[in-house]
Formats: sequence, structure tokens, C-alpha cells
Amino acid sequence: MHAFVKAAVFTMDGIRQRVRKEYRMLSKNRTKLFYMFTFPWIAGFILLTAGPMLYSLYLSFTDSTGFGAPQWIGLENYQKMFTEDPLFWKSMGNTLFYTLLSVPLSLVTGYLLAVLLNAKVKMIGIFRTIFYLPSIVPTVATSLLWTLIFQPNFGIANAVLDFFGLPTSMWLLSEQMVKPTLVIMSLWGIGGGMVIYLASLQEVPVTLYEAAELDGASTWNKFWNITVPITSPVIFFQLIMGLIGSLQVFTQAYVVSSGTGGPNYQSMFYVFYLYQQGFRFFNQGYGSALAWVLFVIVLVLTVFIFKFVGKQVYYEAGD
Amino acid sequence: MEIPQEALKTNKKLRSKKQANKLNRLLIYSLLISLSLLFIFPFLWMIFTAFKPENEAMAFPPSLLPKIWDWDNYKEVFEVVPFATFYKNSLLVAGLGTLGTVVSSSLVAYGFARIKAKGKGIWFALLLSTLMLPPQVTMIPVYVIWSKLGFVDTLVPLVLPAFLGNSYYIFLLRQFFRTIPKEVEESAYLDGANTFQIYWKLILPMSRASIITVTLLSFMGFWNDFMTPLIYLHSMEKYTLAIGVMQFQGALTVYWGPMMAASTLMLVPLIIIFFTGQKYFVQGIATQGNKG
Repeated sequence: MHAFVKAAVFTMDGIRQRVRKEYRMLSKNRTKLFYMFTFPWIAGFILLTAGPMLYSLYLSFTDSTGFGAPQWIGLENYQKMFTEDPLFWKSMGNTLFYTLLSVPLSLVTGYLLAVLLNAKVKMIGIFRTIFYLPSIVPTVATSLLWTLIFQPNFGIANAVLDFFGLPTSMWLLSEQMVKPTLVIMSLWGIGGGMVIYLASLQEVPVTLYEAAELDGASTWNKFWNITVPITSPVIFFQLIMGLIGSLQVFTQAYVVSSGTGGPNYQSMFYVFYLYQQGFRFFNQGYGSALAWVLFVIVLVLTVFIFKFVGKQVYYEAGD
Repeated sequence: MEIPQEALKTNKKLRSKKQANKLNRLLIYSLLISLSLLFIFPFLWMIFTAFKPENEAMAFPPSLLPKIWDWDNYKEVFEVVPFATFYKNSLLVAGLGTLGTVVSSSLVAYGFARIKAKGKGIWFALLLSTLMLPPQVTMIPVYVIWSKLGFVDTLVPLVLPAFLGNSYYIFLLRQFFRTIPKEVEESAYLDGANTFQIYWKLILPMSRASIITVTLLSFMGFWNDFMTPLIYLHSMEKYTLAIGVMQFQGALTVYWGPMMAASTLMLVPLIIIFFTGQKYFVQGIATQGNKG
């Protein structure tokens, strides 16, 4: 086999002579073989995704608590959710606030950072590493670290503000500031997205810039009319993933509030609430209903974004 | 000889352009350096606080460097909680989980990449849709399943699903497998190889870079996972580092020194992995966003 691998890799011409234009094995239907290769995932899909999804839909119409048989209660969970549960609306509002703040900010700062790190200067590699490193730190550790930094009494954040005579803040212990502070914390991790933008920026053909310069294009012109449109598929992808991700924000809020969702439920995000209902209070039926509402929201939002923002994305002809 | 006007004008333009370039570079460097310091600072704060005794960690005004390099916090981490056990559990989950992920995902990815079949399109569409599925929809029922099977408070629910493939990595590997020239495989078939041999002895060795990338990303994912251990692990000996590191955050007091020491210890393997596999990280993460 070893010799044939060498032959395959190093004498493509020889191979092409043997294999005719119409590929043989790879163009035949080998259905049974396909299912043999993919059965782990298909089994997983049925057992851990599709099946549970249907089961959770069923649970959402019951009062299941994990103890005793679940009783069918129809739409009662959903009814209660929309009319009698202020925390439902609070957690939804919290999540929306966080999403609307963090997604655009992360996108713009990550992209601009990538543009900066695309500069051809010496030792740029070291800088790229420095900005990427925070994104591999576990979310738990990051959250604990920032809790220390934002500690109102002896944290470095207030110390610096105080040094410059600026007003200090209670940060994560303040009802108004806890969510903005969480957004600030999330910006430490823009290195992850930055790397993706960077790769895309490096694929923009230099000739386009050169042609634009000949026509007298300014730096802004080049950026807005060449760089952004050509990298728009990646921006779009990051937008979707960022949106879906921030709608599920949980760990940071849990760690920072010591599992309380405070102060005064201001850091009780939707998934946090879902976790509390499903796994602390064991309201499995209600929790399932909450989960399905989230699913529908994400679905609708994704379709919406694809339809409206998707049109703005520029694709190379023949992509 | 008289220097023509044109040449003088061009010279001036070139000189001012050179100056503009120098200014540009100065600007870029100063921006880079100042932002980098901002980004590095939290790391330094974490590492240095781990060496401070508690009263110094909570001192105001705070100072960056510890007055004495006190290793007590690190000792405390291992004495107050079964931290070594946390480490072992994390290694177990991340190690086995990564193994399962890589083996199953590459197998399935090859099926999607190169085996034509009836209904394949539907399964692929389902694969793509799971990429955007919020995991919370299946969280509760999956817990109920594991609970009925008696596996709550064990590491099984954290590890076993990995052997059924990960949609994200299946997609990544499938994209890569499709870039391998078809002739290479067809030629192997003509030599009498069967599909599995081609997968095992031809495709996999040629895909080393992608597989290593998936291995690294997968390991990191398991290492950092918080919600799954939170849901399934209830007794302290089962905790992974993600949960273990939070033990220093009490209801009334927080033990900052040991907490930072624990966080640093949790971070160290990842830093090592990152620096040894650096090129795979960047390449792997970067390619997945690019094309459809």
C-alpha cells in the first residue's frame, strides 16, 4: 500500500492516463456503504437530536418534574410563560440587550483589529498571537478573572479610574452596569473572530487595490468599496454565528453572579433562566417550553437575517 | 546639467510618500503596542495574583507585582479541594472525548465527501441544520434519558456522545476531503483497494493537518465546557476543572489568590497545546469561515 500511495501522490499524470474522464467508483451509487460510514452520526442524530427534540416538544405540553408521571396540560406552560411570568420577559429582555450590544461591537472591533493586524510590519505574528490568546482561555477562568478586575473595592478597574479622578462603578454588582460590563468582558475574546477575518482579508487580490490606487482612491474608498464587500461572506457568517451564540449566553453570567442571576435578575439571561427552571427547580415541562420558544426565535431570526442581510453579501462570480 | 522640473516634482512626491509611510508605520506600531498591553494585562494580573497572599490580593490601591512570591496559594488549591482529581477528570473527558470525536467525525465526513448515495442530500441538509440548532432544545430530554439509564453524576454523558460524531467537525473535514483529487482514489480502486482501505491508508494520512486541527479544537472544547459538567456532575470527585475552579468562589467570601492559581493551572495545558500546534489552530479556524 505504501508504494501505491507514493505512486498516487507523485505521478498524477500516470494516474490520469489510467483513469478515464468519467470517474468510476466515485460516481456510482453506493448507498449501503454510505450508511455504513455515516451510521455513527445518523444514530447520534436520531438518539441525541431528533428524538430528544420531539420528546422535549411533548414535555412542553406536560407538567413534568422528573418525579412521577408527567400529566398532559396542553398549552398551559406557554400560556403561563407569556402572561404570568415576569422573569420570562426579563430574561428575554436581558438577552436581547446583551445581543444587540455585543454582536455589533464584537463584529466591528474584531474586523478592525484584523485590518490592523493585516499590516505588513515586522513581528506582526507576535501581535496576532497576543490578541488571539485570550480567546482560548476557558470561559469560567475568564469570568473569574474579570470578577477580580472589576471588584468594586480593590479591583484594578476602579483603581485606575480613581487614579485619574474619574467616577468609579460597582460594575458587576450594579443593576445598570452588570450587562454592559459583561459585554466589555466579551471583547477580550475578539481574537477568535479576528483570526477568521484576517484569513479572509489576506485573500483579497492585491491587484484590486492597485487598480483603485491608480484611479485615485482614498484609504476609506479602498476599505469601504473593496475590502468590505470582498470579505462580506465571512462577515455574514460571523454575524450569524455571533447572533446565535450570544442568544445562548450563560456561563459568564452564571459565574459572575455566583449562580444567582443578579443583581436583581439583571444578569438572568434566557438560557440561564432555562437552566434554573429545568435543572434547579426541575420544572422540566416548563423548561422544555422555554427551550422551544428559544428554538423558534433563533429559527425565525436566522431566516430573517438570511433574507435581508444576505442580499448585501457580495459573492465572486462563479463562487 | 539642469534637472528637469518633472524629476524634481516626482522626487518631492517620493520623499513625502516615504515620510507618510514612516508616519503610518509609527502609528501602526503605537496602536499595536498599546492595544497589546491592554490585552496582555489581564493575563498578567491573573498570574501575579496567584502569588499574592490574600490580604495583598485584596489590597487597595492594588499593585501589579506581588511583594513576595508566595507559592502558598498553589499548595492551598490542592489541599482545600481535590484539585488533582479535577485535573484527572478533565484529562479523561477531553482525552476520550477528542478520540471519539476525531475517529467518528472523520469516518462520517468521508462518507459525506466521497460516497454517492440515495438520500444523501437530505442527511447533509440535516447535518447543516444541526450546526445552528441551539443545544438547549435537547438539553432537558437528553438529561432525562441519561437519568433513566442511571448515568447522572458520571462522566459518561460527557464522553459517550463524542463517539457519534460532531456536526461541526464533520462538516469541516468533509470540505477538506473533497479537495483531494478524485483520481487518487479512483486509481486506488483500480488497484483493488476497498473503500475502507482507501479511507484509512490514503485519505487520512493525506489529511493530517485537518485532523490535527480538529483534534486541537475538540480538546479545547471539552476542556472548557462548563454547562454539561454543571448539569451532570453532582459529587465533587466527579467535577472537571471547569466546575472545580469555581469552588473558591464561596457564597460569602471569595478566595482570590487560590482562585487565580487554580485558573492558571487550568489554563497551562491549553497554552502549551496552542504554542505547539499554533499553525494548525490558525489554519483550521480560518478556513472554516471562508467558503460555503
